[in-house]
Amino acid sequence: MSDILFTNARLIDPEAGTDAQGWLKVSDGHITTVGQGVPDGADAEVVDCRGKCLAPGIVDIGVKVCEPGERHKESYKSAGLAAAAGGVTTMVTRPDTDPTIDTPETLEFVTRRAQADTPVHVLPMAALTKGREGREMTEIGFLMDAGAVAFTDCDRVIANTKVFSRALTYARSCGALVIGHPQEPGLSNGAAATSGKFATLRGLPTVSPMAERMGLDRDIALLEMTGAKYHADQITTARALPALERAKRNGLDITAGTSIHHLTLNEFDVADYRTFFKVKPPLRAEDDRLAVVEAVRSGLIDIISSMHTPQDEESKRLPFEEAASGAVALETLLPAALRLYHSEQLDLPTLFRAMSLNPANRLGLECGRLSAGAPADLVLFDPDVPFVLDRFTLKSKSQNTPFDGQRMQGRVLATYVAGRNVYRRD
Amino acid sequence: MSFAHRHLLGIEHLSPSDITAILDLAETYVELNRQPAKRADVLAGLTQINMFFEASTRTQASFELAGKRLGADVMNMAMQASSIKKGETLIDTAMTLNAMHPDLLVVRHPHSGAVDLLAQKVNCAVLNAGDGRHEHPTQALLDALTIRRAKGRLHRLNVAICGDIAHSRVARSNLILLGKMENRIRLIGPPTLVPAHFAEFGAEVHDDMHEGLKDVDVVMMLRLQKERMDGGFIPSEREYYHRYGLDSEKLALAKPDAIVMHPGPMNRGVEIDGTLADDINRSVIQDQVEMGVAVRMAAMELLARNLRGAA
Repeated sequence: MSDILFTNARLIDPEAGTDAQGWLKVSDGHITTVGQGVPDGADAEVVDCRGKCLAPGIVDIGVKVCEPGERHKESYKSAGLAAAAGGVTTMVTRPDTDPTIDTPETLEFVTRRAQADTPVHVLPMAALTKGREGREMTEIGFLMDAGAVAFTDCDRVIANTKVFSRALTYARSCGALVIGHPQEPGLSNGAAATSGKFATLRGLPTVSPMAERMGLDRDIALLEMTGAKYHADQITTARALPALERAKRNGLDITAGTSIHHLTLNEFDVADYRTFFKVKPPLRAEDDRLAVVEAVRSGLIDIISSMHTPQDEESKRLPFEEAASGAVALETLLPAALRLYHSEQLDLPTLFRAMSLNPANRLGLECGRLSAGAPADLVLFDPDVPFVLDRFTLKSKSQNTPFDGQRMQGRVLATYVAGRNVYRRD
Repeated sequence: MSFAHRHLLGIEHLSPSDITAILDLAETYVELNRQPAKRADVLAGLTQINMFFEASTRTQASFELAGKRLGADVMNMAMQASSIKKGETLIDTAMTLNAMHPDLLVVRHPHSGAVDLLAQKVNCAVLNAGDGRHEHPTQALLDALTIRRAKGRLHRLNVAICGDIAHSRVARSNLILLGKMENRIRLIGPPTLVPAHFAEFGAEVHDDMHEGLKDVDVVMMLRLQKERMDGGFIPSEREYYHRYGLDSEKLALAKPDAIVMHPGPMNRGVEIDGTLADDINRSVIQDQVEMGVAVRMAAMELLARNLRGAA
């Protein structure tokens, strides 16, 4: 593979925390040199970035691709195109398919489908319990051998604490990362909205934000007991943050994520029962949103994910309580995250620390940084260009985005995976 | 008199003058309904379909009678029994009915927001006959008319709404309507059934009924659903009656001329004392039923005027 020289770039380096003009050279799929001033570009293909941003590609933990089971909602092919168009160079996929990805055989099917159809890296996760039923643990060892990078029952909480503690203990012996969904299942059962004035007015069944803290408290206690490696998929409330902070201070092996929707939207966006805004956990109060943004800034919350969840029109065109949860977000993750940059709440290195560097580190990947030797997984984007999102232009098979018709600012210009151009905006 | 709404989905969308317009027109129908000849023909030629996805006797009968007295062709569809069982979605059902060109669609549904959703998909006027825990606008309007006739005004009254507020669309619509007309509202019930968030709507929240009823002009009781009585929300029926059931002793704390209301059907001996409910000096429960037909006639007439205007 020939060398590529990216010149005249605004380099966003989350590791160094810098945002500066420079150039970057790629050779054999890896970054070889990063510099400032006049580049040394003999016999390389030159990409003039025209002052736009070049950042490490996004590592998105928790993407739902609906294979096997519901390929009409999202296939590896459509998800791969959406990821490339969104600057996501690694999709870490969820096992909540039908059937559940809970055996090495189903995992291999997924890996094969992903390799055949997807231009970006796909790293599959597997279920922690069989059928995500919370009763028996899966073959964690075999699944790791087959390529599972983490274990999660997704939005189903393992209510039986004994089952969960054993699974955590066993996972620790394998060195496996367990991803939990902190939520007290009794309290959140049947909920469609966060308790508060909005849900009261709309007459929707609610869950108190306290359910998240209770779930997190339990999981933290189990980590103290088992010493497992744990990541909380989505922290969305202010009330959960002190517990997280304490757990980290006490040296537990814990990280936490949040979703782009909880960072950029709040409960009032649901308005007149707009089901594209129904996500799980539900959108929170503005105070919670601001606390979560601040936690991303401080680094208490490590990772921002898209929580990409395709749903077809039929699953969403229902009364709010009956409608399916989830939103697609592979392509809107970066433009939505840039809202926080334009509102001067988060700078670009901080955003890419949460979207690229931290998730890569948590999974033990070498990508997610702009340093010599790292894989050349890169996203080139214009942070300023304004546009109005039309959901029918999305590459996902499902177009259930809450950002439809909204003004966005910032767009991906090109995406590179291992030095290979996988997306270019015309 | 203009009424600039295509549908009647909730009180939330109405202005105080909209509310007054409906009530004023309803007064004329109260008179008409008391005549031996009760027919008007303002809906003649129009088709009204009552779609009830949740069982209802009195609301459905009231809408049916209202439509018939105004000369509409009225059809009732018991939706629990038909297409839903066959797996048809709400939208498909709506589209199917829409193709039959109804003019007025009266809808009740067990889920909040379902009637709004349906209204987006049809060409006719939609009246919300109750959606989940969200709104029941005609109930709030008939309650308002009852209060206005009994008290001579619909403002600056102290109104207590008592019981299962959390699960009640009647309470929400009344809270919004009475708030818009500048009344003071107290919500009374056990905290499991009256979430504190209601205080954010400007209502006073009381869990002590004795305190809450002091000097009120109107006492609105709500029905307690059987399924809430099993220890999940309250310990038992008898403890509920003891603490929150309305009897003459508790009512004595209200103003001497305070009226007692209930949207029905009543659980005598659970939320209200049977004798008190029948006391014609205090209870206006039968008036509420009468006002219901008149208010629904008025609402349908106003929506129909817009239909004819558009045609």
